[in-house]
Amino acid sequence: MYRYDGYDQAIVDARVAEFRDQVQRRLANEITEDQFKPLRLMNGLYLQLHAYMLRVAVPYGTMSGTQLRMLAHIARTYDRGYAHFTTRQNIQFNWIKLAEAPDLLAELATVEMHAIQTSGNCIRNISSDQFAGAAADEVADPRPYAELLRQWSSFHPEFSYLPRKFKIAVIASDTDRAAIQLHDIGLQLVRRDGDLGFKVWVGGGMGRTPMLGHVIRDFIPVAKYLSYCEAILRVYNRFGRRDNIYKARIKILVHEIGAAEFTRQVEAEWAEVEPLALDAPAAEYARIVTQFAEPPYDLAASDSIDRSDPDFAVWLDQNVHRHKQPGYAIATISLKPIGGIPGDASAGQMDLIADLAERYAFDEIRVTHSQNLVLAHVRKADLYAVWTALAAAGLATPNLDLVTDIIACPGLDYCALANARSIPVAQRIAERFTDLARQHDIGELKIKVSGCINACGHHHAGHIGILGVDRKGEEAYQLSLGGSGAEDASLARIIGPGFSEAGVVDAVEKVIETYRAVRTGPAERFLDTYRRVGEAPFKAAVYGVPA
Amino acid sequence: MIRLLTGNTLETGDVVWWDGTGWSLHLVDAVDVGAEGDMLLARTLAAERINDAALVDAVATPAGPRPRTIRERVRGAGPTVRLDLNRMAGDV
Ligand code: HEM
Ligand code: SF4
Repeated sequence: MYRYDGYDQAIVDARVAEFRDQVQRRLANEITEDQFKPLRLMNGLYLQLHAYMLRVAVPYGTMSGTQLRMLAHIARTYDRGYAHFTTRQNIQFNWIKLAEAPDLLAELATVEMHAIQTSGNCIRNISSDQFAGAAADEVADPRPYAELLRQWSSFHPEFSYLPRKFKIAVIASDTDRAAIQLHDIGLQLVRRDGDLGFKVWVGGGMGRTPMLGHVIRDFIPVAKYLSYCEAILRVYNRFGRRDNIYKARIKILVHEIGAAEFTRQVEAEWAEVEPLALDAPAAEYARIVTQFAEPPYDLAASDSIDRSDPDFAVWLDQNVHRHKQPGYAIATISLKPIGGIPGDASAGQMDLIADLAERYAFDEIRVTHSQNLVLAHVRKADLYAVWTALAAAGLATPNLDLVTDIIACPGLDYCALANARSIPVAQRIAERFTDLARQHDIGELKIKVSGCINACGHHHAGHIGILGVDRKGEEAYQLSLGGSGAEDASLARIIGPGFSEAGVVDAVEKVIETYRAVRTGPAERFLDTYRRVGEAPFKAAVYGVPA
Repeated sequence: MIRLLTGNTLETGDVVWWDGTGWSLHLVDAVDVGAEGDMLLARTLAAERINDAALVDAVATPAGPRPRTIRERVRGAGPTVRLDLNRMAGDV
């Protein structure tokens, strides 16, 4: 894992001191809320419905046991004993007091964490593949490149006041576990003629105008990707719209001028930027790559697993993935217990996971965009011990990528922008499908729920997407089908008029039963069936009109 | 329809309601600000101690004021998915 150098630590510490002073001045009424609000947002502190919410960055979703234990400590000391992992691989605390925020941030800085650039019109936390460094299908670990992007984008003076927020994701496999086509920039590490480089997507995004990214370059050598990103950001910074917040994201610029013209402008800008030698020197790449060196694997680790406990075997088949190192596996910890709050973890659970990571997983935890956690390098021989400990803490639900593994944003239970609650909808759907045999029969199915058009819950990318809307002060839900945030990315389409909360749960069940009736067989996923047969049979089932 | 004055305190972010003389943490204490609402809101904003101050519509019920929108009812009660943290039981 990357460790801060003296420079990283100094800028984070300086920011904590600066914010402490700003908070004191605000509490003394020396500055107004209008003056203070942008300052607190730059430090990740939002005002939500019931309290301040602090969003802490987890760079590319990787953290150590010490860091996770600190998050647990913060949940206990400054919050109400729990926190929420988000679709951007970050963590949010829901009950923060303004006066205590500087102390909290100072404690966070002692474990090399912060909340800088987790809000505002800047480059946000870089996201990545939760299986980075462990996936059997990756060309190389993408995280050194994500880390370099983090350093380049942190306090970048030119890109601190962009037209709008900016999100970058980096992966290194053909399997996309980070939704790169739905990011402002999506980077896929590829190998061409032995050399590493990036395939570059630009202009994807969700929100009120969902769009998939366009490939603007098939290959940029890794030695040049920073200057290439610099060129993209410069074009956006200059021509992105500042007159209308709803048209300010880069996706709108790319859409309005066309991907070909946008590409031409980026290439022209890059021709100017590239000679300025903004790319990191080779020694700096090497320094960072070394920090992501492979852990000291046990080369004698056995590949056999004792499957005699049937509950363990079910978890093994659903939540454990192949690792590139023989004798090891990747274990996903579900934060989706049936009826629970998607992505929430208690301080006790965080402590336990930190312990397990230190003991069994080379001291690394990953956050996934679907709001689960991952132990990326577990010896197969240790899986049973890990599972036993997780199960005792309610963390071993064997439902990864199944109908009950639902993404949900905080929605109207917490969020000041929400139109409707998201969490209860996810809970009611999960409860409807509690039966594990039924879940397995349905197979891979990604349900994603957002409480408003901002789409933090990725509903546009859901195989089944649910959007909360406001109907004269009451909650209602729109159902859409056919989205995907993976390598086969697509945007879900609304199938018809909206529902009440109970109505949308029934509608989801009808959609799923229709899928089971029309699929070619259990091997055909919901998404593939939908793509083959179209929306008609689902619409008929839900609204009672003939197909 | 009655009107309530509400906001979040600067120090803690807690939801508070105007009770006629000061700020209460409990929706049940909220009073109808009626025609004085705009004046009280302006005064609140000028004081810079309550964030996101606003006037909200409600109906008076025997159990206390019931805000018109689900949003304000959730603000009044707390997250409906963590009843253990709720300030007030009751219907949202
Ligand atoms: C609770 C406070 C939050 C606020 C105020 C907030 C605000 C917003 C807004 C305004 C947008 C739309 C941006 C645009 O279209 O230009 C957005 C998008 C998004 N947010 Fe949030 N959000 C919040 C929480 C979250 C959480 C909890 C998550 C993760 C679960 C999240 C992840 C995202 C994602 C993935 C998008 C879509 C990105 C895109 O438009 O490309 N946000 N958010
Ligand atoms: S989608 Fe809307 S309701 Fe959900 S977290 Fe984002 S802004 Fe809040």
